[in-house]
Amino acid sequence: MNAVTRPGDVSGDLSEDLSGALSRRGFLIAATSAGVAMGFAGEASAASAAPAGFAPTLWYSIDREGIVTVNVIRAELGQHVGTAIARIVADELEADWSKVRIKTVDSDPKWGLMVTGGSWSVWQSYPIYSQAGAAGRMALIEEGAKLLKVAPGACVARNGAIHAGKASVSYGEIVKRGALARSLTAEQLAKLPMKPAAERRLVGKAARARDIPDKTNGQGLYGLDAKVPGMVYARPKLPPTRNDSVVVSIDDSAAKAVPGYQKSIALTDPSGTVPGWVVVVADSFIAATRACDLVKVTWTSGPAAKVSEADLQRRAVELIADPKTGGMAVNDPGVDAAFAAAKSKVEATYTTATALHFQMEPVNALAFEKDGVWEIHTGNQWQSLVLPWLAKALDRPEASIVMKSYLLGGGFGRRLNGDYAVGAALASKALGKPVKLVFTRADDSRFDSPRSPSVQTLRMAFGETGRVTAMEHTAAAGWPTLAMAPFFMPKGVNGVAYDPFAINGADHWYTVGAQRVRAVNNDLANATFRPGWLRSVGPGWTNWALESFMDEAAHAQGVDPLAFRLKLLDAAGRNAGSGPTATGGAKRQAAVLARVAAKAGWGKPLPKNTGIGLATTFGQERDMPTWVACAARVRVDPATGVVKVEKLDLVVDCGTVVHPDGALSQMQGASLWGMSLALFEGTEFRDGQVKDTNLGTYTPLRMADVPDLDIEFVASSEPPVGLGEPATTVVGPAIGNAIFNAVGARVRDLPIRPAAVLKAMKA
Amino acid sequence: MTTLKINGRQVSVAGPDNAPLLWVIRDEVGLTGTKFGCGIGQCGACTVHIDGKAVRSCITPLSAVAGKSVTTIEGLDPHGTHPVQLAWIEAQAPQCGYCQSGQIMQAAALLAAKPHPTDAEIDQGMNGNLCRCMAYVRIKQAIKLAAKSKAGKTKQGAHA
Repeated sequence: MNAVTRPGDVSGDLSEDLSGALSRRGFLIAATSAGVAMGFAGEASAASAAPAGFAPTLWYSIDREGIVTVNVIRAELGQHVGTAIARIVADELEADWSKVRIKTVDSDPKWGLMVTGGSWSVWQSYPIYSQAGAAGRMALIEEGAKLLKVAPGACVARNGAIHAGKASVSYGEIVKRGALARSLTAEQLAKLPMKPAAERRLVGKAARARDIPDKTNGQGLYGLDAKVPGMVYARPKLPPTRNDSVVVSIDDSAAKAVPGYQKSIALTDPSGTVPGWVVVVADSFIAATRACDLVKVTWTSGPAAKVSEADLQRRAVELIADPKTGGMAVNDPGVDAAFAAAKSKVEATYTTATALHFQMEPVNALAFEKDGVWEIHTGNQWQSLVLPWLAKALDRPEASIVMKSYLLGGGFGRRLNGDYAVGAALASKALGKPVKLVFTRADDSRFDSPRSPSVQTLRMAFGETGRVTAMEHTAAAGWPTLAMAPFFMPKGVNGVAYDPFAINGADHWYTVGAQRVRAVNNDLANATFRPGWLRSVGPGWTNWALESFMDEAAHAQGVDPLAFRLKLLDAAGRNAGSGPTATGGAKRQAAVLARVAAKAGWGKPLPKNTGIGLATTFGQERDMPTWVACAARVRVDPATGVVKVEKLDLVVDCGTVVHPDGALSQMQGASLWGMSLALFEGTEFRDGQVKDTNLGTYTPLRMADVPDLDIEFVASSEPPVGLGEPATTVVGPAIGNAIFNAVGARVRDLPIRPAAVLKAMKA
Repeated sequence: MTTLKINGRQVSVAGPDNAPLLWVIRDEVGLTGTKFGCGIGQCGACTVHIDGKAVRSCITPLSAVAGKSVTTIEGLDPHGTHPVQLAWIEAQAPQCGYCQSGQIMQAAALLAAKPHPTDAEIDQGMNGNLCRCMAYVRIKQAIKLAAKSKAGKTKQGAHA
């Protein structure tokens, strides 16, 4: 569907020459063979790795039957994102929801940045799709008015039609008979009347997610289900190290006994994405799997093949001890002076262990070349990142590669790294036929891009009367963004680039006097494996440290941890917050914390060995704060150290809740993720590989572990922010603080193992 | 050649005797609703019914199902409206959905054996099915809804 613009069709203010609109990000309504298409014209996000080029970006269309088709560039990986985004458009458009269709699109430069991560989807989409809906509504009113022979001011758009008194004309009719083509400038767009919150008919209202029925009957198609005639299966034979292994020789003599085995190929990868990978090719996945076990490959590898978890953490401690390392995310004047002058100080060090994504669908991709175009059929979260890798690997322009979208059997950040697509494409190129590359579960775990282990040291200085005068937070970890998307790294105030996703959270909204936040890259981690973005990324570890530390600091001062936090969440200075999405600042964080404490009965007596712990965070990043607080009630068995989580109360302020049921679902899943990472998940590197590769020893939370869960949303009409990750960040420290309140044991390492609780009880 | 019944249909498949039933179903029979998760029978994504009982197809060799009746998610109900499936939609249980074929097959077998399970019985019956999105609250809720529905008492898998 190509946009054909006819800007001359309308008179008056709405008409503007297309060339002018393009240069200032205008809006186009274009006639197409099937109806009209609506979208923005303009540059893709400047911060992106977006492809060069400049084309109208089409967000939705309306056909002659009045069917509204909303194009969704975000991957569906469990968040029902299409439903949320389509309802944003449909609300402003005053569309009939039963006539709205959702189309998850394939990659195309015209979409600009294609990424599904960071809890950004609804936050980023809301203003764009709202405006797009409003622009369409205004055009439909104008054309509908002409058809009804009344003034536009006499018309109301509602439920897929324009109404004037008792007369009405449907959107389909207007598309058939009206002259809808328009282009609007950015200035005109900004002046469009947006609906007040009280007029919302879809946003914030109950709705069933459109993707769910196909997920109950086996009809939903995931990457693993993609097929093409003539394809062969391949399984990767993975090298000993992620980054520097080189194939010396392949001996497949034993594999030849496997019926269906074809051959083993050492991939040659100009993009450097899959160094040392060998693929074992066969007629079926089972044959490829069995043959793979019998193929013997000799590699040369560097020192990473010997690295252990303890080595990684030792290196982190070493780096933290050197004040010259790292990028300063925050570095106020006077930090050192305040510590030197402090009446008292608190310092503590926290760690988190390596954790796996363990998304249920092991990574896989089907690749082949057809009519000069490379098609990559796979579930992926960051097409704009992977396409340049594919182009380099295949030595073909990006324009000749398309990534076909499928449902994702879980993402959680694993599929932001599209290494598996590169492996499939190279195998297909080498064989000259379609290749479906499928990882076994153990392969997937071994070459996960896991959450890096981390070490963090926090210090706080107190002046007279317990006033907080300074705080320092240093976090060392492997950096996913350095490994895969260094162009996304800002420079710190000391001029050193750092991974924002690996330190977010430490730049909190508490007013603590002079503050320093230092992000340190654990270079040994990046050399040993490919660190990944795992659900919530840095805030998953920074808040474990920060929110445990806030309790420790409060106790050191003899102050109630709730009162201690509320006093620091004073919304002063930079913590006042500003619009549109951080309006209210720390006051909103204080509100969710106070509310959750009240709900959980903070301060009331509890049975022996039972405790409630609090924690609060702003979710992912200061630019998009999702205010969340948790109260965890736990019972600790003093004989075994086993922690039973009895209840999790969560209160969240995410601004406008677009799709309430989907929002609740994300909060439920993310809070249980936080609990799982706190108590049940964690692995370690041994000889350069993760020790745990399957469910025998890697043990995410199961149904029987689910506590009583109470989740409350703050009613708000502020712009929506993200919800996919924030609850993940707050549950771990709430549990840690609850354990302390139950039995006096301070645990500082994630995951919290019973032995560590017992040890801390004796400390 | 191994002959078995899948979703009421007699099929003959060429896979070796030790081929996992999962891949026979997916690649030879062409039904992809049954998913591959862990390959060692510990996540439950591959759950199907064999003669009405929930079984992990990823560790079931083809030889073990010769002459038997296998039901997959596609065959649980001819219209996809088995009480458990309807309850899953009612509760809006799935997130990514990848594990849900297995969850639904496990739940249908559980309810066939125990039409009114207690919370503890649901936990016990479902604990072998991992949901990585951790949609457990709603899965449990859906099982209770299915148990409540009148149809749930009488109607089992169409081919079980």
